[in-house]
Amino acid sequence: MSMQVIMAQALLGLNVGVFYAMLSLGLAVIFGLLNIINFAHGAMYMLGAFIALIGYSLLEQWFGISLQIGFWASLLVAPLIVGILGVLIERLFLKRLYDLDHIYGLLLTFGITLILQGLFANYFNVSGTPYPGQPESLSGVVNLGFMYFPTYRLFAIVFSLVVCFATWWVIEHTKLGSRLRAGVENPDLTQAFGLNVPRMVTLTFAFGAGLAGLAGVLAAPIYSVSPLMGADLIIVVFAVVVIGGMGSIMGAILSGLALGLVEGLTKVFYPPAASTVIFFLMVLVLLFRPAGLFGKEK
Amino acid sequence: MTNRILFIIMLVAGLTAPLYAYPVFVMDLLCFALFACAFNLLLGYAGLLSFGHAAFFGGAAYITGYVTKEWGFGPLLGILAGAAFAMVIGTIFGFLAIRRQGIYFAMVTLALAQIIYFLALQMPFTGGENGLQGIPRGQLFGLIDLNNSLSMYYFVFAIFLIGFGIIYRTINSPFGEVLQAIRENESRALSLGYDVDHFKLLAFVISATLAGLAGATKAIIFQFAALTSAHWQTSGEVILMTLVGGLGTIFGPVLGAITVGALSHELSAFGSWVQVILGTIFVVCVMVFRRGIVGEIQRLASRKQG
Repeated sequence: MSMQVIMAQALLGLNVGVFYAMLSLGLAVIFGLLNIINFAHGAMYMLGAFIALIGYSLLEQWFGISLQIGFWASLLVAPLIVGILGVLIERLFLKRLYDLDHIYGLLLTFGITLILQGLFANYFNVSGTPYPGQPESLSGVVNLGFMYFPTYRLFAIVFSLVVCFATWWVIEHTKLGSRLRAGVENPDLTQAFGLNVPRMVTLTFAFGAGLAGLAGVLAAPIYSVSPLMGADLIIVVFAVVVIGGMGSIMGAILSGLALGLVEGLTKVFYPPAASTVIFFLMVLVLLFRPAGLFGKEK
Repeated sequence: MTNRILFIIMLVAGLTAPLYAYPVFVMDLLCFALFACAFNLLLGYAGLLSFGHAAFFGGAAYITGYVTKEWGFGPLLGILAGAAFAMVIGTIFGFLAIRRQGIYFAMVTLALAQIIYFLALQMPFTGGENGLQGIPRGQLFGLIDLNNSLSMYYFVFAIFLIGFGIIYRTINSPFGEVLQAIRENESRALSLGYDVDHFKLLAFVISATLAGLAGATKAIIFQFAALTSAHWQTSGEVILMTLVGGLGTIFGPVLGAITVGALSHELSAFGSWVQVILGTIFVVCVMVFRRGIVGEIQRLASRKQG
C-alpha cells in the first residue's frame, strides 16, 4: 500500500474529523451550561446545509425573491438562522424542563429532530441534492508537495480548525469566557453577582446550534444535502463525546479530530469496519477509562 | 383491584380481537406492546433511559429469521433463539452502559445499538437494505400450522401474555421494589447495602431479552426481518409509546403501543408527515403530558377519591 493512499485517506479522515470536532464542541458547550444533550444537533447540521442550498438555488422558485445567497454569505446567514431557531427552542421549551430529570431534554430534542427531518423529507430527495454553490476560487486541487488534494476540502479543514480553536480561546482566555465558566461552575452564585445567567444559557444554546449550522454549510459542497445527513452522524458524535468525556472544550475538539483520522485510516486498512470503529473504540474507553479520555472521574 | 379489572379487559379484548380487527395488524400491535412493556421495565421502574432497544428488537428478528430459514428450527425454538441472542447482547451492552449514568447511559446504548444496525446492514446473511426475507412460519410443536392466521394470532397472544406476566411479576417482586428504590435515590439504595450495579444489569438483561422476544415474534409473523427494526428510529418509537401510555405504569405501554401503532397506521398515507406528527406528539408529551394516558387517569381517579 502506497504512502500516498494512506496520506490521502488520513486527510479525508481529518476532513470528517473537523465536522466531528465542531459538532462535539457544540454539544460540549451546551452540556456544560444546560446539562442537556441536544439530540437535534444533527438535524441542525442538516438545517444549515439546507439553508445554504435553498439560499443559493431555491429562493426565487419558492418565495419569488430574486436573491441568491452565495456560499460566503451562507457561512454567516445559516448559523444565524439556526442560532435563532436555537433561541426559540430554548426559550419556548427547554427552559421549562430544567427542573426535571435531564433525560427530558434529550427526549424533547429527539422529538424536534423527527419534526425537522420529516419536514425536509417532504420536499427533498432522501438520497441527496448536490449543492451547486461552491465558489470558483475553491474549486480544483492544490499541490501539497507529496499529493494533490481538493482545494475546497483543505479550506473546510482549515476554516473549521480556526473556528474550533477560536471558540476554545474565547472560552478559556477572555472575560466573556470566564463568565461562562463561572456560570458552569455555579449558576446561582454567578446570578447573585449580577450576571444574567438565563440569557447566558439561551445564547450558549444558540451558539452551539449555530456551530452545527455552520458545519452543515461547510459540509454541503462535499456531501450532497439530504434530510438524513445528520441522522447517523449525530450518533457517531455521541460516541465521540463519550470517548472524549464532556469535561473539557479542548478534549471535545481533539477527540473529534483524532477519531475522524482513525475512521479515515480504517477505510484504508479494513474498509468494512470504517462505520463501526468509533463505536468499538467507545467500548474500549468504557472498559478502561469510563469517564472518558478528557473527563474527570466523579 | 383496578389492575385485575384492567387485566381482564385486556384478556377479553385480546381473545376477541380477531373477530373485529385484522389479525396481522393486531399481532403487530401486540409485538410493539410487549416491546414497550419491556422498555418500560427499564425506564419506568429502574429509571434507565436506553436509546438502543432497537438492537434487541431488530437483532433478535434477524437471528430468528436465520435459524428458522437456514437451520430448519421450528417457530418456537426460533423465537427462543432470537430472545437468547437479545439476552447475550443485552448482557454485554448492559455491562458497558451501566458504567455511565443518566444522559451518558442513553448515549452509550444508542452508540452500541448502532453497531448492531451496521452489522445487520453489512453481514452476508442479512440481505442488506432489503432485510432478511422468506422466513417460514412453520408448524408449532410440529402440529399446528402457523400459516393459518388465527392459530398464528393466538400463538402471538400467548407469547405476549407470557412476556407481560414476566414483567408484571418482576415489577411486583422484592427485586422490583429495589429497582424503584434505585430510581428514586441511587446513593441511598447503595448505602442501604444493595449492589446497585447488579440490580441495574439484571433489569437491563430482562428488558433486553423480552424486547428480543417481541422482535423475534414479529419476524415470524411477517416472515421478514426488517432493517428499520434495528434502526434508532425504532428505539425512539418505543420510547414514544411508553411515554404516551404512561411511564412507570403497568398497562400504560400497552395502551401507548396501541395508540401510536394505530396512529402510524392511519397516517401512513401521509408519507413523511407521519414523522412530523410523531415528533410533535413527542414534544407535546414531554412538555405537558409527562404522566401519559394511564398516569393521567390514575391522577384523576385518586383526586376523586381523596
